[in-house]
Amino acid sequence: MIRLPLVLFLSAALFSTGVYGVLARRNGVLVLMSIELMLNAVNINLVAFGAALHDLTGQVFALFVITVAAAEVGIGLAIVILIYRNRETINVDEVNLLKW
Amino acid sequence: MTGAEIAFVVIGVAAVVGAIRVVTARNVVRAALYLVVTLSAVAGVYLLLAAEFVAWVQILIYVGAIVILFLFGLMLTKAPIGREALDNQRRGVAFLVGVAILAGLVYLIQGAFDWDAARIDPLEGSVAAVGSSIFSRFVLPFEVISFLLLAALIGAIVLSRKEDRP
Repeated sequence: MIRLPLVLFLSAALFSTGVYGVLARRNGVLVLMSIELMLNAVNINLVAFGAALHDLTGQVFALFVITVAAAEVGIGLAIVILIYRNRETINVDEVNLLKW
Repeated sequence: MTGAEIAFVVIGVAAVVGAIRVVTARNVVRAALYLVVTLSAVAGVYLLLAAEFVAWVQILIYVGAIVILFLFGLMLTKAPIGREALDNQRRGVAFLVGVAILAGLVYLIQGAFDWDAARIDPLEGSVAAVGSSIFSRFVLPFEVISFLLLAALIGAIVLSRKEDRP
């Protein structure tokens, strides 16, 4: 027996930590790690509401989100390695070729 | 507080402390290892919510595969050490945005749910039910997401391959 708002508070804390990380970090790999924190917060919410409503759809969608996160990390790291090969840096604030 | 809630609070504090260390660590490898702490704690939360299949998938995919991928990415790119090299100059604004989002979410959650009435009473033994749900009701999204994963991994191989082939 767990109170639902307690789980939602944990999820909110993880999400805002991830937002801080995305905004404050300038290393590309660390930005991707912060995105993982936000995706985990979303997954906690999905599983918690699924358990509270006695519906398995939440768990199924958490599995789908984990799969999309795996695809996102694969593509993201390939892009980061490509940027490093071309620019000798992975600082996201120095990659400003498309910045107006 | 019930025993499950005490266990949840302990695991949740571990998850939040690990997450804060992920976004503040001055060494990139340490950030990746603190990410392991957070992801394992989230797997513990799934176990407390009786979602054991999601918990083990979390251990296998996140802790087993994605963190290793991160470590390879850190090794292939020369990562500097130190706060100025890893963080940008707008840390204060980022901190304010994070705190504002946290405060807004906490305000909305405590206004939307009754503290004593909204309880989770987890259903037990859900692996077989999750499997039959995926392969009956969600079989089309499952196939679509399999194809998405295949396309993403082929794209990653194509992107990171060296160009100088004959």
